[in-house]
Amino acid sequence: MELTQLLERLCALDGISGDETVAAEFICSQLDGKCEYSADALGNIIAFKKGEKSSGKKLMLCAHMDEVGLIVTNINKDGTLSFGTVGGVDSNVLFGKRVYVSKERHLGVIASKTVHNLSKDEKKKALSTDELVIDLGMSEEQAKKCVNLGDSVVFDSQFLRFGNGMLKGKAIDDRAGCAILLMLLENELKYDTYFVFTVQEEVGLRGASAATFAIKPDFAVVIEATTAADIPSSNGAKRVCEVGKGAVVSYMDRRTIYDKELYSLAWETAEECNLPCQTKTMVAGGNDAGTISVTASGVRTAAISLPCRYLHTPSSVISESDLISTYELVKHFAERIHLL
Amino acid sequence: MTDVLIDLCAADGVSGTEENIAALCEQYLSRYGRAETDEFNNVICTVGEHDESKPTLLLDAHLDEIGMVVTYIDDSGFLKASGIGLDERVLSAAQVTILGRRRLYGIVTSVPPHLQTDKKNAVSIDELYIDTGLDAESVKEIVSLGDRVLIENRLEKMGELVTSKALDDRCCCAAVIYALELLKNRACAYNIKVLFSSKEETGSQGAKTAAFKINADLAVAVDVSFAKSHSENEDYCGEIGKGAMIGFSPVLSKRLSCALKQTAEQAGIDYQIEVMSGRTGTNADVIAVSACGVPTCTLSIPIRYMHTPVEMAAMSDVENTGELIVQFCERGLF
Repeated sequence: MELTQLLERLCALDGISGDETVAAEFICSQLDGKCEYSADALGNIIAFKKGEKSSGKKLMLCAHMDEVGLIVTNINKDGTLSFGTVGGVDSNVLFGKRVYVSKERHLGVIASKTVHNLSKDEKKKALSTDELVIDLGMSEEQAKKCVNLGDSVVFDSQFLRFGNGMLKGKAIDDRAGCAILLMLLENELKYDTYFVFTVQEEVGLRGASAATFAIKPDFAVVIEATTAADIPSSNGAKRVCEVGKGAVVSYMDRRTIYDKELYSLAWETAEECNLPCQTKTMVAGGNDAGTISVTASGVRTAAISLPCRYLHTPSSVISESDLISTYELVKHFAERIHLL
Repeated sequence: MTDVLIDLCAADGVSGTEENIAALCEQYLSRYGRAETDEFNNVICTVGEHDESKPTLLLDAHLDEIGMVVTYIDDSGFLKASGIGLDERVLSAAQVTILGRRRLYGIVTSVPPHLQTDKKNAVSIDELYIDTGLDAESVKEIVSLGDRVLIENRLEKMGELVTSKALDDRCCCAAVIYALELLKNRACAYNIKVLFSSKEETGSQGAKTAAFKINADLAVAVDVSFAKSHSENEDYCGEIGKGAMIGFSPVLSKRLSCALKQTAEQAGIDYQIEVMSGRTGTNADVIAVSACGVPTCTLSIPIRYMHTPVEMAAMSDVENTGELIVQFCERGLF
């Protein structure tokens, strides 16, 4: 499977934070016969692949399996569902979207008051999650047969290739990272490497600390998707990073100050391999590096991210060229870390 | 009937560009009489033979749908669009189809959290763009200002209901087609003229001109109305699955409203009463004052989440509305 096809398969899988089983099973099916792997107590998948040799240093490459979504909090008298958001979902992107509820994937729509019936004040106000419900077209009795409190809700969003090499889907954050790790595992490696697919990143970087503690790596590289605000309503530094301009290497975000030597090495690698590369023009975002870097006695950590528009919405957008060049950069970067 | 509705909802026809849905409607209606499309994309069907001794009944449902219109192409290839009836709250991060020289997919931008200056205010369409993933030059080869944009949700069954784009007002077109099917070879008290009208969402321009041309003796505007939902009060809403809503309003013919109500009662068909204190917000408003005036009533199918891509309706209401039309045509109580 080529990288984009693999991403398409991964994005189609349901797996909001805390309910990553479906995504995890697929990832395990891809690992079978290629390396040793196991799932830990939280559901992280920890894989180890032998390379041609050992560098004597432990390197861990990491991507998270979970995606943002919603969780059912109540079945109302009229059969609609109240819900909470899982991960940082902006309530502005919810109204009028289709979703799938529970393992059985019941189709629902995210609903609120009809626009014609809003008061002037209501029209001006942003909708908050507690003004929205999921309508399954079911009575309370039917809904209770089909849905349990705590069931997961995922966005209905077809994977789409559009424009000039753009890819759109739900869960690109961070199935794109998972796709890159799986692709690296397809090939022979120069050095022994740990590959970690974490759970619960979107609800506070909770899976990564356990996995890191178990491995105790010397170095970690987090492969992620990060907000690109390269849209016309955004100027200068506020664009943060841009789609189509290659992998984003971070010096600092809201959770992590990254290892300086690794940061420089990533840039050098990009230059030597003739790969496009950029950094963020704002200290924004955060990812598993925040907890990995401070696990046990500390881990030297880098983050390499795909610039992604409309992150945490049903329609996340990346470019295929960034996906491929980020894969290349991670591959070469990982080899060079072993030589440090 | 669901298959007809799937077909009707799938066709595109944002107000003013109804060519595709009009062609489809003409095909359906030509099964029941002489159907033709006029220069405003109104489809008019004369059902059966004209009988001088009978009054002419105009059955109207509009075929246009909500959407957007492209107003600007940005230097970086992003589009600005203006809404046509669309509830703008659905736009952030929605997948859209741009009906340019060829169909083009786009994603409506969302405002990233670090750029949201006032999180309490609703996002307005002015803050949003359509991302085509193309540079300006490539976009301009395909898209022109004035091209229409829509959110293409196909009809899906869910629980007891269906959800789709354009149920407003294609579910009413389906109800009228259903009625014509049932009326085949049955006696009818009226000459029936069916009008599937254009441009309702932009101010009923289609119905205004076509009603003048048809010059009917009585008219029923079949459109959707508000169904009670979780956030709606029943004092201004109908209920989904409880049958067609018969309109009563100062701008409608009370005699016709009563005749429809009486028909439903005599035939044992479920119905609901919808009282409006003035204009109805449907084509009935313009048909009623067309030419020398036409006694007009509304017959509405209750739907949830009007003017969003996730409108919901009950197929039982569509069929029930068709049956009420059939009974009215047979009994001729007006």
